[in-house]
Amino acid sequence: MIISVASGKGGTGKTLVATSLALSLKDRCRVQLLDCDVEEPNVHIFLRPAITGSEAVCIPIPRMDEAKCTFCGKCAEICAYHAIAVFPRNVLIFPHLCHGCGACSYLCPETAISEEGKEIGVVESGHADGVDFVQGRLNVGEAMPTPVIRKVKDLVNYEGISIIDVSPGTSCPVVESIKGSDFCLLVTEPTPFGLNDLILAVETVKKLEVPCGVVVNRAGVGNEKVEEYCLKENLPVLLTIPLDKEIARLYSRGVTLAEGMPQWRGNFTELYNRIQELVDERSRCLKR
Amino acid sequence: MKEVVVLSGKGGTGKTSIVGSFAALAKSKVLVDCDVDAADLHLLLQPVIREKNEFWSGQVAEINEDKCTQCGLCQELCRFKAIVDFRVDLVSCEGCGFCAHICPAGAITMRENLAGQWFISDTRYGDMVHARLGIAQENSGKLVALVRQKARELAEKQGAEHIISDGPPGIGCPVISSLSGASLALLVTEPTLSGIHDLERVSDVCHHFGVPAMVCINKYDINEINADKIESYCLNQGIETVARIPFDNAVTEAMVQGVPVVEYTQNGVSHKIEALWEKIEQSLKK
Repeated sequence: MIISVASGKGGTGKTLVATSLALSLKDRCRVQLLDCDVEEPNVHIFLRPAITGSEAVCIPIPRMDEAKCTFCGKCAEICAYHAIAVFPRNVLIFPHLCHGCGACSYLCPETAISEEGKEIGVVESGHADGVDFVQGRLNVGEAMPTPVIRKVKDLVNYEGISIIDVSPGTSCPVVESIKGSDFCLLVTEPTPFGLNDLILAVETVKKLEVPCGVVVNRAGVGNEKVEEYCLKENLPVLLTIPLDKEIARLYSRGVTLAEGMPQWRGNFTELYNRIQELVDERSRCLKR
Repeated sequence: MKEVVVLSGKGGTGKTSIVGSFAALAKSKVLVDCDVDAADLHLLLQPVIREKNEFWSGQVAEINEDKCTQCGLCQELCRFKAIVDFRVDLVSCEGCGFCAHICPAGAITMRENLAGQWFISDTRYGDMVHARLGIAQENSGKLVALVRQKARELAEKQGAEHIISDGPPGIGCPVISSLSGASLALLVTEPTLSGIHDLERVSDVCHHFGVPAMVCINKYDINEINADKIESYCLNQGIETVARIPFDNAVTEAMVQGVPVVEYTQNGVSHKIEALWEKIEQSLKK
């Protein structure tokens, strides 16, 4: 079972939920926690894992053999990202614009283009306290997180429960992270910003046809509109975490709810049970 | 004309609440929301849309089923795994056009992609440029570049002194696009280990692109030890910590009312944000 934890708005408690869920389930079955927020990965702060493996993430970028190149301009013409410019006597390649699609090297009539890897990030794996851990880190100055996210997701272990911590927003990195999940938890807060971004996040998971449920964090802080929206849209609110200074203080020190307030473990196992029920129910419906 | 962009690395540290207050405090400015995939600034500034435009960007592949011979070459060559069972997965397609070039049956064409909308609006505080990236779309960086360019044009026309820009979280494409060429980045952080970790990465990005940065520690009293750690980190990096703002529920109450917090209350938080804006104004004059 793959459960992704997303939110739309940043700072609503995705990592808090993902880490505590993982730690609450680890005695029950094999649990893997994958940090797909590769721009700002934070799970490691809470799990303090021992890293045992590390692999660079490279995207293939073109390399021109100028001895073979006839400066025909075909590569520049087909590159949708304007990553190649061909002049009468030389060729310029802009690696930061390249998406690594491979069209130029395949289509070059002179086979003058080969590919070389350009490192844009790293994927690290390890263990923490009985939980399998994987994270991606985008290198500073690099613009494209999705290839790093894909590499993280290549390491999903389909046997147990895999929990994916997603970055905020609704654009390509979020889609890449959620895609293929059995369920998506949307963590929000009961404020106008929380609601606005929850609505966008719900649209995103609907487009991906992934079933979802809501976790309301910092309950009591704003107004009732998030709950009203969930009721209206028939979105199950699966867990409510109150606004609590002690929780905020624990979080600030990098301590999960499952460790700092072990009484919460039961709530997280219950959260998982409800997700399981919803996923089972859906697969029964789909079979019919 | 000077442009200040508010970033944070980590989401939810208070960027938009602070930008909303700057909107009320700054005299001559154009506002721009660069968080195009989860925009919130409009909830504080209540813009009335004056101009609505479509944002066409990139292309997506389309397979003509009548022509397709199901040879499978496109599926084999697509590096984004965007063709499955001879159908294009629009969410995965990055618009490279490789498939359209190599299809032996000529069954694949590329069509233009409507990726979102952008707006110029009136607010009580002046003009605002904002956008809405379509759900699950790419090219947020290009849309950010576009709204910034429109804001610059407006500011030049009006002779505005400042462009105040609400940035996205993270360090990737839309952040780089919000940052490049700005006069100053205000980095809003919070005294949590995650906040510190993410601040370090976003301040490295500022350094990488040569944009001077200043730091504001929001909700500093949640963990004063961490707040001190942030200040000492900044000191070592030669970055000035320009404000420490306490946690105050008035910020959320103002958000519920849909107004900037400096207009909602005259307590400590508002004074701190006023002093912060003054410091930014002074530093932009240098």
